[in-house]
Amino acid sequence: MSRTWGITQAVDLAEGHGQLTAMMAIPLPPVPAGARAGPVQVRATILQVRTAGAYREFTVHAPGVVPGAEPGQFVTLRVGGESSAMPLRRAFALSGVDGDALSVVVAAHGAGTRWIFERGPGDVLDLIGPLGRPFPPPPTGAAALLVAGGYGAAPFVGLAQRLTAAGHPVAAVLGSATADRLYAVRELASLTRVLVVTTEDGSAGRTGRVTDAAPELLPGASVVYACGPMPMLRAVAAQAAAYGLTCHVSVEEAMACGIGVCMTCVLPVVGVDGTSRFLRSCVDGPVFDAAKVRFDDIGRLPDDLHGAAAMRATR
Amino acid sequence: MGIDMATRLGGTQIPSPVLTASGCAAAGRELDPFLDLTALGAVVTKSVQLRARSGRPTPRMAETPSGMLNSIGLQGPGIEAFLSDDLPWLASRGARAMVSIAGGAVEEYAELATRLRGARGMIALEVNISCPNVESRGEVFACDPAAASAVLAAVRGADPGVPIYAKLSPDVTDIASVARACADGGADGISAINTLLGLVIDTETLRPVLSAVTGGLSGPAIRPVALRCVWQIHRALPETPILGMGGITNGAEALQFVVAGASAVSVGTAVFGDPSAPERIGRELAELLVRKGFARLSDAIGFAHRSAELTDAAGT
Repeated sequence: MSRTWGITQAVDLAEGHGQLTAMMAIPLPPVPAGARAGPVQVRATILQVRTAGAYREFTVHAPGVVPGAEPGQFVTLRVGGESSAMPLRRAFALSGVDGDALSVVVAAHGAGTRWIFERGPGDVLDLIGPLGRPFPPPPTGAAALLVAGGYGAAPFVGLAQRLTAAGHPVAAVLGSATADRLYAVRELASLTRVLVVTTEDGSAGRTGRVTDAAPELLPGASVVYACGPMPMLRAVAAQAAAYGLTCHVSVEEAMACGIGVCMTCVLPVVGVDGTSRFLRSCVDGPVFDAAKVRFDDIGRLPDDLHGAAAMRATR
Repeated sequence: MGIDMATRLGGTQIPSPVLTASGCAAAGRELDPFLDLTALGAVVTKSVQLRARSGRPTPRMAETPSGMLNSIGLQGPGIEAFLSDDLPWLASRGARAMVSIAGGAVEEYAELATRLRGARGMIALEVNISCPNVESRGEVFACDPAAASAVLAAVRGADPGVPIYAKLSPDVTDIASVARACADGGADGISAINTLLGLVIDTETLRPVLSAVTGGLSGPAIRPVALRCVWQIHRALPETPILGMGGITNGAEALQFVVAGASAVSVGTAVFGDPSAPERIGRELAELLVRKGFARLSDAIGFAHRSAELTDAAGT
């Protein structure tokens, strides 16, 4: 099944790499949860690299990964090549899918992401995906507010397409430290009724943070989707809670494996039974109900956490 | 290719010498999409304790040169959930489980072994007496031969039949003497090595990166240390089977452990980077053994001790 969402540009494989044609993204209705395919590990060939301010968007041919991939899910990449001294995979939110191609947005944070930055069309990446749980759909007709910090906007183009196609009014706030760290402003402007841009240095949009602008848009929203750094998510979650709104946050925790085996990327989350547990952001997230995330306790071991008593016993 | 890759965990025959490493495969289920769990020698499950454990707060991990530091702190559901959920799943999948157990006291290890006795799917026990992620180094049984021996004797008493491996720490003066104490206590084999205790400091904050301050170092960075430990243990206890591990990422590295004395190997941190690695490593190891003229894996175990003219001084 050919599916397209996000800002992936179609690539004519028969014409070889780099022969690109702009293509209108055709949103499709969400796939039922039961139909979601599991993750696969593939050798993904880079088709196109697009510079977007400080970021680069890599579009790769990744057969088998795209079926079932939904906005909010992510993929992981190995970095450093055959003799790499970096044993851990890097995780990236899916920014778009199209046929057998998918896109991710990369910021050069450290040695691993700098290595990816140096890759070009024709290079092959070890890719695993789709991973994690996607953004859940809102109630019928609910107005949605998307709040993103920096390249946290990556999954929101696809999400906004889905939401608008399903008849949801969509507004968005995109913020970053500087103008070159904004992402998908143009694409989201065409998909939203209201779009507010903020930068901390005032180099684009309003001077300030997303949380300065969000209160204007929260009264008109029924559901909030947020993706960005943890302090931003915590602040947005508090604002959404003050308005009594459901808020879905996509967290960015350090991961080692991305598939649920290493237990590195945990955060304290309240379960349906009322008990708090350390949940893995890779398989239990990265999208969580913000009201269930104990933001104040991230980096701590709360006494009431499931299994905390056993930790005290061994001290 | 015709080479016989079968080996043994204690008295139990397994079709492949490549296993996962405890703590790097959870209870196997998450790896199912990426490799054939039944083709592994065994899935070595994450250390289970009597009670559910939350593990330590984050940050729990730091990537280091050719390795990683972790302070997970044995997060897990406890033995009850393991027996009702994890182990039955592995058994239904047809996978063999080497169950890693951990505790804070000798009696806890014995109770875990008792609870696990005869459990379907379990083919061996790995007794984790060397997790570095405890508050007091005094609780690391593997740092004291007498304490290590006591744990193994208690586990052996609780389950006289199951193959039992003692997992050792490299952070000791003489690992061979700890291995001997474990064998004397009733261990059938030795798993070597667990992580090395390490530390990383963030030069922005000038504080340790891990919330637990220290963590266990794993990955290719520790491979020569691990190989040295396997070498020393095999030299001291040539009849004791060794499950070798520490930074193995390919077949050639697995072969180093085999010829140093390991009768099987575990693949740990490499799984984080490449979840299909154990299957690939098994294939590569078989190809290499054929190329080196071995008819069966068992002929290669400890081969380096026989092939070189080594003095006692060089061997210890």
